[in-house]
Amino acid sequence: MNPATSVPTEHRTAPIGVEPTEPAPAALLVLEDGTVFEGRSAGCPGEVFGEVVFNTSMTGYQEVLTDPSYRGQIVAMTYPEIGIYGINHDDVESEKIQVAGFAVHHAIAKPSSHRATGSLVEYLFEREITTIENIDTRALVRHLRSRGAMRGAISCLDLDPVSLRARVLEHPSLVGRDLAGEVTTAGPVKADGLPQAMRRIVLVDGGSKAGISRALVKHAASPIDLIRVRYDARLGEILALAPNGVIISNGPGDPAPLAATIELVRGLLGRGIPLAGICLGHQILGLALGGSTYKMQFGHRGSNHPVIHMETGRVMITAQNHGFAIDPTSLGIAWAPLDNAFTAAKADLLNTTVSSPSTETMADRLPKTPLVGNSPMGFGSVEVTCLSLNDGTVEGLRLLDRPALSVQFHPEASPGPHDAAGFFADFLAMVEADHA
Amino acid sequence: MPRRTDIQTILILGSGPIVIGQAAEFDYSGTQALKALRAAGYRLVVVNSNSATIMTDPELSDAVYIDPLTVEFVEQIIATERPDALLPTLGGQTALNLAVGLVEAGVLERYGVELIGAPLEAIHRAENRQQFKEMMLSIGLDVPRSQQVDTLRDAVLAAEEIGYPLVVRPCFTLGGVGGGIVFNVKELEQLVARGLRESPTSTVLVEESVIGWKEFELEVMRDRADNVVIVCSIENVDPMGVHTGDSVTVAPAQTLTDREYQQMRDAAQAILRAIGVETGGSNIQFAVCPETGRLVVIEMNPRVSRSSALASKATGYPIAKVAALLAVGYSLDEIPNAITEQTTAAFEPALDYVVVKLPRFQLEKFPGTPPGLTSQMKSVGEVMAIGRTFKEALGKALRSLELDATPKLDFERIRTYLATPTPERLAYVFAAFRAGMPLDEVRALTKIDRWFLGELAQFVGLESRIVATSVADLSADLLHNLKTWGFSDVEIGERVGCSGREVRMRREKLEVCSVFKMVDTCAAEFTAATPYFYSTYAGTENEAKPLSDPKVLILGSGPNRIGQGIEFDYANVRAAWALQEAGYRVIMVNSNPETVSTDYDTADRLYFEPLTIEDVLPIVRHEKPIGVITGFGGQTPLKLARGLVEEGVPLLGTQLDKIELAEDREQFGSLLRELGLKAPPYGMARTAEESLDVAARLGYPILVRPSYILGGRAVEIADTPEELRRLMEEALRISSGHPVFIDRFLEDAIEIDVDVLSDGTDVWVAGLMEQIEEAGIHSGDSACVLPAVSLADGTLEQIEHAAASLVRGLEAIGLINIQMAVKGRELFIIEANPRASRTVPFVSKTIGIPLAKLAARILIGDSLREMLATHCPYPTRSGPCTAEDLEQAHDAGAVLPTPRPLFSSVKEVVLPFGRFPGSDVLRGPEMRSTGEVMSFGRTFPEAFAKAQIAAGDPLPTQGTVLVSLADHDKREGVPLIAQLKDWGFRIVATGNTARMLQSMGIPTESIAKVGEGRPDVVDLITQGKVHLVINTPSAGLIRDPAPAPFVPTSTEDRGLHLPIHGERSSGFRMRIAALENHVPYMTNLLSLRAAVAAIRSQLSGPFSVERLGDRMA
Repeated sequence: MNPATSVPTEHRTAPIGVEPTEPAPAALLVLEDGTVFEGRSAGCPGEVFGEVVFNTSMTGYQEVLTDPSYRGQIVAMTYPEIGIYGINHDDVESEKIQVAGFAVHHAIAKPSSHRATGSLVEYLFEREITTIENIDTRALVRHLRSRGAMRGAISCLDLDPVSLRARVLEHPSLVGRDLAGEVTTAGPVKADGLPQAMRRIVLVDGGSKAGISRALVKHAASPIDLIRVRYDARLGEILALAPNGVIISNGPGDPAPLAATIELVRGLLGRGIPLAGICLGHQILGLALGGSTYKMQFGHRGSNHPVIHMETGRVMITAQNHGFAIDPTSLGIAWAPLDNAFTAAKADLLNTTVSSPSTETMADRLPKTPLVGNSPMGFGSVEVTCLSLNDGTVEGLRLLDRPALSVQFHPEASPGPHDAAGFFADFLAMVEADHA
Repeated sequence: MPRRTDIQTILILGSGPIVIGQAAEFDYSGTQALKALRAAGYRLVVVNSNSATIMTDPELSDAVYIDPLTVEFVEQIIATERPDALLPTLGGQTALNLAVGLVEAGVLERYGVELIGAPLEAIHRAENRQQFKEMMLSIGLDVPRSQQVDTLRDAVLAAEEIGYPLVVRPCFTLGGVGGGIVFNVKELEQLVARGLRESPTSTVLVEESVIGWKEFELEVMRDRADNVVIVCSIENVDPMGVHTGDSVTVAPAQTLTDREYQQMRDAAQAILRAIGVETGGSNIQFAVCPETGRLVVIEMNPRVSRSSALASKATGYPIAKVAALLAVGYSLDEIPNAITEQTTAAFEPALDYVVVKLPRFQLEKFPGTPPGLTSQMKSVGEVMAIGRTFKEALGKALRSLELDATPKLDFERIRTYLATPTPERLAYVFAAFRAGMPLDEVRALTKIDRWFLGELAQFVGLESRIVATSVADLSADLLHNLKTWGFSDVEIGERVGCSGREVRMRREKLEVCSVFKMVDTCAAEFTAATPYFYSTYAGTENEAKPLSDPKVLILGSGPNRIGQGIEFDYANVRAAWALQEAGYRVIMVNSNPETVSTDYDTADRLYFEPLTIEDVLPIVRHEKPIGVITGFGGQTPLKLARGLVEEGVPLLGTQLDKIELAEDREQFGSLLRELGLKAPPYGMARTAEESLDVAARLGYPILVRPSYILGGRAVEIADTPEELRRLMEEALRISSGHPVFIDRFLEDAIEIDVDVLSDGTDVWVAGLMEQIEEAGIHSGDSACVLPAVSLADGTLEQIEHAAASLVRGLEAIGLINIQMAVKGRELFIIEANPRASRTVPFVSKTIGIPLAKLAARILIGDSLREMLATHCPYPTRSGPCTAEDLEQAHDAGAVLPTPRPLFSSVKEVVLPFGRFPGSDVLRGPEMRSTGEVMSFGRTFPEAFAKAQIAAGDPLPTQGTVLVSLADHDKREGVPLIAQLKDWGFRIVATGNTARMLQSMGIPTESIAKVGEGRPDVVDLITQGKVHLVINTPSAGLIRDPAPAPFVPTSTEDRGLHLPIHGERSSGFRMRIAALENHVPYMTNLLSLRAAVAAIRSQLSGPFSVERLGDRMA
């Protein structure tokens, strides 16, 4: 990709007055159903393909850009002014920008923050991220909301919507793709023995956000030894590390093709090693138990997702980023989420649950008794610990017979609220209990 | 956690009269709460002294008391109604303080009433600054260093320890009254002395200054299950140092990284838990050091606030409704999100637009007061605008302000004005960029965050690119750019020398048009059911599908201003509901976030837009209503009538030519002559010279009135040609092209205020009020009484007939307000306004017939007579009026019988002089009151006395009266003073008055005027030894000349500007002293007479409370 000279690259210290007089190159965002958005390039004027999704967080664009879970996706931010506080060295979730492309209403070139080390526009430009701005992002979101997340492209090179759409259709969808392999850590890690007092946690990295490691270290009562391994690590490799607990990280895309990770989790469950799954890791736990996952209409991406903790009735506002979810019925749990994709796929199963008039909220539908099912793979009883208050998606699981729990949301936040940070404490308590 | 079933009746406290810092937002919150709690099945009792509120309308609750918000009165109400619970968190600081008073007086315990919403301990922890600070430190949060003091000496010691500059904050005051920033010990002493007086607990906080830091607010909700959500974050563009009510604010916060925002969010949760706010909405203020990011907690309000109203309108999250439901036991996840209808209230709104709020100031009404902005709020209203970007929202907000004229800037002192926040600060920033001042310099002077400054600079940059020589040269690209950045058509026109209309035509030709987007709480993630829209040029998809027919569009009243307040929102809301009842869909357009009209469920559809032709037209064209209602929202919509009619938009109600006839003094004068009605002798002038000729013909004193103005803006009385010349200059500037009207001022006349309804067939004088101040004082500043007390039946009939013939002559339809004056046996018509007046709610509540509702139904063709028949019988001068009486009157072509309540109802105004040190407190022809109270009584004196209590200035029943009478008032004044003496008051008077009183045989002590030795009158008042001040100024209504305009010379000037000028008269200083020491004062004979009667009524026993409607039944 060839950086064009007309792209605005003003520095923070440059005198502020007029916007760049030369307009940025034109850019197109085309969806696989032929919908077209005309805008301007705000990053590197290239061409990218990916699944187009939207995120409703009003802050945290740098964390979003660097979150490996967005691998293969073009992310549209619903908040229109993006880049006000610039970028810095700390607010990153991995060492590089992970999104395939970026779509915003207004990308800001000149930031203001005592923490800023550069501007967003420069950052996107230098990292060669194709970005479109000046589009009606709200219209895009409304489209995706009703038609579902779909493939698309941003291009500054091919401004013919017909030919661009034809090439969008040539690109594979996310379903069935092993995207975690593109973002996992490099190679296996060797580790020495540990002092008796220390706990060793192995992080199975399917595209882990840096926030997970930060949160683990922060919530541990005493120092922990945290080791990252590849998402397709063998059971033996992990056992050789003698972990006190294992966390299956978040990651991009469809969990179903990650056979090695699913197998690994089964092995760990069999050994009774304390296990936690976050996001992709939660879905993998569901698959390892013998359940199935489905692709949601447009997923959950944002910082304002209410999740109800079934046991306490408390509501947590959580950060979320997922396009797939666990099908509770596949684990023998009599519960139907309201997600359109689910209801469409499972219409016949709905007679087992309340079919609600449209004005009924999730709170009215919440089950009065615990939602418990059984692992078809023989790992015993499994209980739903959390549900999405928006659409009833399964947001947390717990095994009743083994030390394993998982959440669909991001307890490490970044970006997002810290309401669910207790998950790390729960996991670490489980580790201690196992050790005792 | 479902609703509580152990409580059935809930008492809800309102916030009383509209004052600066506590305005219409509490009608919005109270109304929302009433609707929600009623739907939940509770019996509701409302107390509020402010009759101009929707919340006090009888339809919204089970019992309404329009009575003073004092412990004594509310105790009587509690004794009568026996509520199970008291909800004080929706009525502002007034309600919260009253609740504390009721607890401390043991009233709640005595009657077994539970305080819900916020427990007493939480209120104390949040309000007691010292306790609050300690609590913050104990939970690991940072606060500015401070000390609470109760003496001057301790304040000085504390200041030495902390270091200047410092912030002084009196405890428990409203909107920061009495607070300020001090830079040296002299200023400190002045402000602390005043703060100790203002604070109900006589304590003041002396605090490390965080002036210039970034300022943020979070709106937080908590339920009994300890679920906490942040509804909205708000960032102040004006950094710390300017009261948040006076700041330009933006939602959501713009310049915080997620880490910083989450740190603030965590802190907010911790604060709510530590303070112990069990349920409901709170508001927490933070300051952030721009260089280091150090976060300090400033304060919290354990109640719904002005910011909550803004946050509600900015996000679509109904904070007051949810807070009310949480208070009765629901949890957040049990309350549906009314916008999406599928999700619940347990979530945090995601915005996909930017909201800008601008304060509306009216400092020009208070000459002599320094225009500097401080931590004490001075704005009288606000506007909110929504855009896709900050620039678009700011541009829309700026034109929503409806400024009378472009601010006059002092370019010589531009740096000083950048460093000194004034209402014109934004204008100075623009001016600085236009003059080429570097951003860093502007930043250093203003401390405004450089991102905001950069945006402002970009406006100026784009503006300079309008190089078109004619409107036809404007390109589509440039126009699109300008519009997405919020430039108005008028502004663009000014740059190319054409009208806004021409720019609009050019735009429309090039298809540069706006689209409508929805406010849905969720950034479009879910389908939303409630239609709440804003316009933007930065988008392609229009989401607003036109409503189904038949539909009507109502134009709101814009920002609250003196002269155009909550009463007009009241009329609009009642009109909306009336039309909905009649089967119409109602579309509301307004820009004021404080109001009930901009609530998401008041109309069928809300467009949150500026009230200008360019913004209203696209809505009308898109929705195609059967007509637009311009007659209920005051002057703002009326001003749009011409522009709408020119575009072929039908008006409902009085037609444009008649509106203009009433506004045009000359045409109006000839109409009066045709009808055989009298107006005070008048003339017109377009120049100062012309005015002198006219005045010579009419004779002095004369009244100078600019045309098309609001609230008597710049209306003045001139006694001499010199004064006239001076007044004309301002009048000509304000009336922008229109001639200035000059009329003979009627001395010693009684002014009459009449509200009339007409459907074109019948005319009905619904309210005939007598003003308690004499003619010459703006009707909006005058107390008034219904029914009139000093007019003979013959005069009343004369008034009714005059009103009817005028209404018929004007062909007015709907509501018409007429001002008249009675001098001797002569009746003069002062003016007629074919629109809803500010007395509509007062009259409606007095006579028990909803005027705005009837008027709205008239506009869609309903018969006045038939609607009135449903309210029969109602009392009139000649007994109960029946439906047959109405028919008879109709057949005879007479006016429909005027109601005459069987009791007395008084409206008293509340003046904001305490906020504007340096300005005189005399009432005059320019309106300056911000709000009003209403009181009922068996007699006029009783109602008047109660009104004084409700207005916060109760009349004394014993003590010392300080008298200073003008010569021409002495004859009538003396018997009144004699009565006070007889009732045991001690009489103190100045020089001549004292001698005269003594000579009339009234024992009087003598006291020195200011400048005639010490102790003088001011000393006596300041020492708390005076309980009533009677001062009728010698020069009639003439005020002291205003001091030289304020010119800040250095940043030190930002502190105190107390009016200590040797040249001001003794009377002026006496009135100011009375005001500052909360001593009631009477400045004319009419009000003195009323006050003396009221004192007698107070002496004869305690007052009772009055359930609205009981008397009429």
